[in-house]
Amino acid sequence: MRTELRIAGFGGQGVILAGIIVGKAASLFDGINTVQTQSYGPETRGGASKTEVVLCDDEIHYPKVISPDILVAMSHEALIAYISDMKDGGTLIIDPDMINESEIADFVKKHNIKLHRAKVTKTAENEIGLRIVANIVMIGAISKITQVISHDATKEAILDSVPPGTEKKNIQAFEAGYAMDGN
Amino acid sequence: MSEELFVQGNEACAHGAIKAGCRFFAGYPITPSTEVAEDLAGLLPKHGGSFLQMEDEIGAIGAIIGASWSGLKAMTSTSGPGFSLMQENIGYAHITETPLVIVDVQRGGPSTGQPTMPSQGDMMQVRWGSHGDYEPIALSPSSVQEFFDFTVKAFNLAEKYRIPVILAVDEVIGHMREKITIPDNVDIIKRMMPKESSDQFNMDNPYLPFKSDENGTPPMATFGDGYNIPVTGLTHNEKGYPDSSDPKAHENLITRLCNKILNNREEIVSTHESFCDDADTIVISYGAPVRSVFTAVELARKEGLKVGSIKIDTPWPFPETQIFKAAESAKNLIVVEMNLGQMVHEVERIIGMVDGNKPNVHLIGKIGGELHKPDEILSKIKEGFS
Repeated sequence: MRTELRIAGFGGQGVILAGIIVGKAASLFDGINTVQTQSYGPETRGGASKTEVVLCDDEIHYPKVISPDILVAMSHEALIAYISDMKDGGTLIIDPDMINESEIADFVKKHNIKLHRAKVTKTAENEIGLRIVANIVMIGAISKITQVISHDATKEAILDSVPPGTEKKNIQAFEAGYAMDGN
Repeated sequence: MSEELFVQGNEACAHGAIKAGCRFFAGYPITPSTEVAEDLAGLLPKHGGSFLQMEDEIGAIGAIIGASWSGLKAMTSTSGPGFSLMQENIGYAHITETPLVIVDVQRGGPSTGQPTMPSQGDMMQVRWGSHGDYEPIALSPSSVQEFFDFTVKAFNLAEKYRIPVILAVDEVIGHMREKITIPDNVDIIKRMMPKESSDQFNMDNPYLPFKSDENGTPPMATFGDGYNIPVTGLTHNEKGYPDSSDPKAHENLITRLCNKILNNREEIVSTHESFCDDADTIVISYGAPVRSVFTAVELARKEGLKVGSIKIDTPWPFPETQIFKAAESAKNLIVVEMNLGQMVHEVERIIGMVDGNKPNVHLIGKIGGELHKPDEILSKIKEGFS
């Protein structure tokens, strides 16, 4: 089965790193065929940023997302840009503190979207004391809510991807995301 | 122990270069190729090699030509604007028969264009970008593993035929991440060296640096090994001495340089045919669009349409025999590429050679930075069956 995941936000939120970690967890540690791609503007921070991960038991030919089964929106701008691409009945994960939910309520209802709220930016600030790990908190939430990547594989992939000396904070952030109820 | 990594195409290329024995890189960073340089800056010193950031791309290709004559396997990486700057010295590398690998990760052009977006707009620059007559070799990978494998292959072809080999990649493959397996050992073709007994002063067995073997490629001495090797961009004789006004000398040299590739075309060319035997329509592509074509052809076959595909690994030299065979058997040929039509001209040239019924040829060209969606290809396929 082919699963298409898109994570979007603005530059500087670690959106692309989140995609790389999901891809690495799936391909190297869960043993699923995976392709990760990204698009970004020439700016380092502030522009729109998007990453896509395609997971499949069979060989993956077309490497991009056609219609996401899972959309993760880290900014309101990203949510509005991509929500209409979603598959009916798809899973939408938002950071409610970054988003004005009323604008999407109709779409969510009409297309049977499973909406999950993960307060990743607040959690990163309050529980970890580091706003920049919001992306890692979100990876925890993705793993828990969607089950497309296992808890242990994701942990391995995070340890394999973050700079030396930051492992403890990042794993804390991941576990905080994994512990969310996601409703 | 083989190793598994989840990396970008550009990173896979850097690992492939190390595995192939590349020990010198000179370059100037440019999106979307920078990760090739970035990774080699880390990897080369650990493997006894050297990394040099140059002042620009003209300096970069000059440096790798020098490194190659010093006996090292050498490469550079760039994108369209930098590749344009390298063209004069690419011609110099052809006439001096200098083995090199040049990575061109193509982005939207002309000029600065779209630095972060994919394209296949340099395919004819790869073919004809330098001046004069020459026959390039170019490889276009369509997966991250292939970018690793083709980098190794590029070094082997460069060393075997003593020419600059171009990896004509697109940004999709350069920046996409997939799992790759790095094997313990890869097949390596070593540069042919002159026989130790030969030198220019031994009249019975003189070493002539530009006298070819039966395959058309001369053995290559290294600077500092004691051989007298004049190297010049002027037309030269077998000794390497300039001889630029004798028409015969020029004809002999340039014909040999072209024929060492053309006469070995079947050995160099690589394509993959799928479902072509009974196909009414055959879709031709190279690089990242191959991925969209494979999905489209699978969807078409599920609908019972007789569709096949040819994946071109080596755009240059162009796979004439393989495309001719397709042109004789199919009713429609569709060429899918991320430009407004470049390799399609080669397909049309081959169709011109077919006697009798010629197939229709359609181009699905796309620019702007989005890979073709499988649906776009599928609907063009269906037009041919309506």
